[in-house]
Amino acid sequence: MENKNERRKEQILRMSGVNPKKCMRCGKCSGTCPSYDEMEYHPHQFVSMVESGDLEPLMSSPSIYKCLSCFACVDRCPRNVEPAKLIEALRLTVIREKGANHLLADQIPALLDEEMPQQAIVSAMRKYSK
Amino acid sequence: MKVTYFPGCTLRTKAKDLDLYARRSAEALGIELCEPKDWQCCGGVFVSASDEIATKLSSVRALIDAKEKEQPIVTVCSACHNVIKQTNYAMQNDETFASRVNAYMAQEKNPPLPYAGEAEVLHFLELIRDKVGFDTLKAAVKNPLTGKKIAAYYGCLLLRPGKVMAFDDVENPSIIEDFIRALGAEPVIYPARNECCGGYVALEDPASAKKKSNAVSDSAKNHGAEMIVTACPLCKYNLVKNGSSLPVVYFTELLAEALGVKEV
Ligand code: SF4
Ligand code: SF4
Repeated sequence: MENKNERRKEQILRMSGVNPKKCMRCGKCSGTCPSYDEMEYHPHQFVSMVESGDLEPLMSSPSIYKCLSCFACVDRCPRNVEPAKLIEALRLTVIREKGANHLLADQIPALLDEEMPQQAIVSAMRKYSK
Repeated sequence: MKVTYFPGCTLRTKAKDLDLYARRSAEALGIELCEPKDWQCCGGVFVSASDEIATKLSSVRALIDAKEKEQPIVTVCSACHNVIKQTNYAMQNDETFASRVNAYMAQEKNPPLPYAGEAEVLHFLELIRDKVGFDTLKAAVKNPLTGKKIAAYYGCLLLRPGKVMAFDDVENPSIIEDFIRALGAEPVIYPARNECCGGYVALEDPASAKKKSNAVSDSAKNHGAEMIVTACPLCKYNLVKNGSSLPVVYFTELLAEALGVKEV
C-alpha cells in the first residue's frame, strides 16, 4: 500500500512536471483562484498534500472537478510551482481508471441548452472523461 | 498574404458570426485564409499532462499542414488558439512528448516528416498587430466606431500560461485595447478583464459559472463600458447566459462593421 502510494505520487509529479518542494506556502494561488469557494481543498493544499503523499483525500474530493483550468494560479505563483498541473494530474489519475469517468456522454443532452457552444461540451468531456 | 486558417468546431455551429466576420474582414485586409483539408476539432481545452498524446494529435496535424504550406496558422477562437499554441510549445520544448507524437504520426497513411514545432501560431488579433499593423488597420477603417466605450474581455485562454502564449503582458495586456482604438472607439480598462468566465464548468455547475461571469460583466459595467468584446464563444455564452447587462460581441463583428464589410 505504502509503495503503491509512493509510485502514484511519482507518477503524478512526472506527468505534471511539478516540483511541490518549490512552494513557499504563500497562498497566492488560492487567493487568486476563482473557484476557491467551490473547493474543499484549495490550490495551495493540493501542492502541500501531494508533497506529503496525502493523495487519497484529494482524489476522492469533488475539488478536482471544480478547477476551471484558468491558469491564474500558474501565472501568479511567485515560485513557478504550477498548481493547476498538479490538479490536472490527480484528476487524470482518477478518470483513467476503468469506469471512473466523471461525465458520461449520455448525461450531456440533459445539461444542454440551445445556445451552449460545442466548445463547452468537448472541453468538459476532455477534462472529465477518458 | 496567405495564412492557414483553423476555424474550429464551434465556428461551424454556434459561433458562425465569429467565423463569417473574420472571413469578410480578412478579405478586406488582403489576407487569404486557407483552410486545412479535413481539420479536426482541437478538443477545446489543452490537457497539461505530458503523457497525454492522442488528444493533441489533431492540433499537430493542423500544425504540420501549416508548416508544409510555409504559412502561419491562424485561429480566431481563443480556445483553438490556446490548444494549438500549447501543443506547438510542447513539440518545441519536450523531447519525450515530441518523439511520442512523431511515432504516432509515422503511422499515418502519408506519414509527414517529424515535426518539431516549426509552424508559427498566431491568433487573428496577433495577425493584425504583428503582420498587418494597427496603423494600416486604422487607415482601412471606413466606419469608425466613434464614441463607443468598449471593454476588452481577454479571459484566460488568450493570455495564459503567459510563458507559452506570449500573447501580451499577462496582467496588463493592451492588444485588444489597441485594436479598439484602431477602430475609432474608446477602450475601457476594468479589473476583471483577464479573469475567467467559468469556462466548461458551465455544463455541470452553472451556478459556479454564473458567479464568475457576473463578476466580469459587472466589473465592465461599473467602469463605464457600453459593450464587451471577446474572441471566445464560451466566454460570450457564459456572460450572456448569466445576464450580462452589456451586449457581448465578437471582435470580428466590430472589425467587419468598422471595415464596412459587415453586410455584403
Ligand atoms: S502561489 Fe506558489 S508558492 Fe505560493 S502557495 Fe501557491 S504554489 Fe506555493
Ligand atoms: S487553474 Fe484551477 S486551481 Fe488554478 S486558479 Fe484556475 S480554477 Fe483555480
